[in-house]
Amino acid sequence: MDSELRTGGRLERVLHSGRFAVTAELNPPDSADAEDVYRAAIVLSTVCDGINAVDASGAHCHMSSVAICALLTRAGYEPIYQVACRDRNRIAIQGDLLGAAAMGVHNVLCITGDDVSAGDQPEAKRVFDFDSIQLLRTARMMRDDGFLLSGRKLTTRPRFLLGAAANPFVPPFEWRPLRLAKKIAAGADFIQTQYCFDVPRLQEYLNQVEDLGLLDKVYILVGVGPLRSERAAEYMRTKVPGVVIPDEVVERLHKTPKIQQREEGKRICIEIIQQVRELKGVDGVHVMAYRQEELVAQIIEEAGLFPRPRSGMKKDRG
Amino acid sequence: MLRFLQNYPHFLEVVFDLFERVLQPFRRWLKPGSFWEPAVIWVEEVGKGAVFDCRMCGQCILHSTGMTCSMTCPKNLRNGPCGGVRTNGHCEVYPEKPCIWVQAYERSKDMPRYGYELMDIQPPVNRRLEGTASWINMLQGIDRELPEGWVNVEDVAVVTPQVAEEVKSTWTVN
Repeated sequence: MDSELRTGGRLERVLHSGRFAVTAELNPPDSADAEDVYRAAIVLSTVCDGINAVDASGAHCHMSSVAICALLTRAGYEPIYQVACRDRNRIAIQGDLLGAAAMGVHNVLCITGDDVSAGDQPEAKRVFDFDSIQLLRTARMMRDDGFLLSGRKLTTRPRFLLGAAANPFVPPFEWRPLRLAKKIAAGADFIQTQYCFDVPRLQEYLNQVEDLGLLDKVYILVGVGPLRSERAAEYMRTKVPGVVIPDEVVERLHKTPKIQQREEGKRICIEIIQQVRELKGVDGVHVMAYRQEELVAQIIEEAGLFPRPRSGMKKDRG
Repeated sequence: MLRFLQNYPHFLEVVFDLFERVLQPFRRWLKPGSFWEPAVIWVEEVGKGAVFDCRMCGQCILHSTGMTCSMTCPKNLRNGPCGGVRTNGHCEVYPEKPCIWVQAYERSKDMPRYGYELMDIQPPVNRRLEGTASWINMLQGIDRELPEGWVNVEDVAVVTPQVAEEVKSTWTVN
């Protein structure tokens, strides 16, 4: 990684200083009220270094990610702007990237996006004008070379820490590390993975990534999250694209009385955080929980990741 | 149906090589808007349709994607699989169909000539070429005309083919 900072944002400073980073997902409200965003943000902001503003995750319509970023930067929070290729073409995406940078967004996560068929409006038109790698490379081009895709020059370049998603838990396993290499070549500075419930598989993936010599070229944040109940686990592994939950985990919840399942799910999540923290090449965790910001805060605290560094500057230590 | 041919990717890449050479002498006649264009489009639609389920994007990259048409991916991905692949290797959108990128990866392993092009970063699709003849576009270099911004940027491969091959042979993947 370059010694110079790309943005000077909080997330980048924490990652750059080599400390364990924490990011969390903000669930976008189905409302036109800014307070709904702030209510969630205030819980998350004290326990993490970056707040993901999701772009209609699961292809369900919510408040847009760029608007959430606008609200968050206005209040001084550090958002991670998620851009999915599903809903907008290249003209809209590049425009939004410029707008986001103008509002003070430091981090962008470039993803393909779940298919419309997984969402609440499966009749919608799929766009997928870009794929995630083309989007990453375009964002890198805007940042490093100061061009739009057409070749028109930008008068001021956006400054971004560019992120990408990775899912080590689904096939083709052999190609996943090579795909990571492709994303790094396209411009990824950091990676947030899909939910991890299978630590040995993650370990194997990281070993492969290390073999390719990629571990010091990218920051890897492992996705984690609590399972609310056995039913929620069943729902996630069958209905949410790309989430793999091993039978052992579901079995463990199944053996727990219903009333304690929530607590058990939280415990599993904390255990996973503590395990991945020990793995070489893991630079942080990304905590996701559907509409349970308080629970996310509890998990981060109980996993021993609290308090967070105040500004991510090295001199803050101790 | 001729889809079974896709399971012989090495044969297909040899055919592709030969075909590219055979077409070269006809360059001066095979141009967009020429008398021959409709015929070429028809042959492509029928021929590549039967073998590859071709979607006529007009900028064919079959040899770079394991002789598997990337436009048949419901998300039109050109650079590899999304994160929604099911544990059995099937598609997120169509659970009954195998993910075309899982197939592409397996097939490209049997392609000594072009297999490694799977690691190339493919540029965004030129939507204006949809429905035109990719063979004509290839001969005339039209499919290699890219947005100015895209070509101005230099790419650095973070993993060389040699390293990838060396390392992969040591992996045991179940």
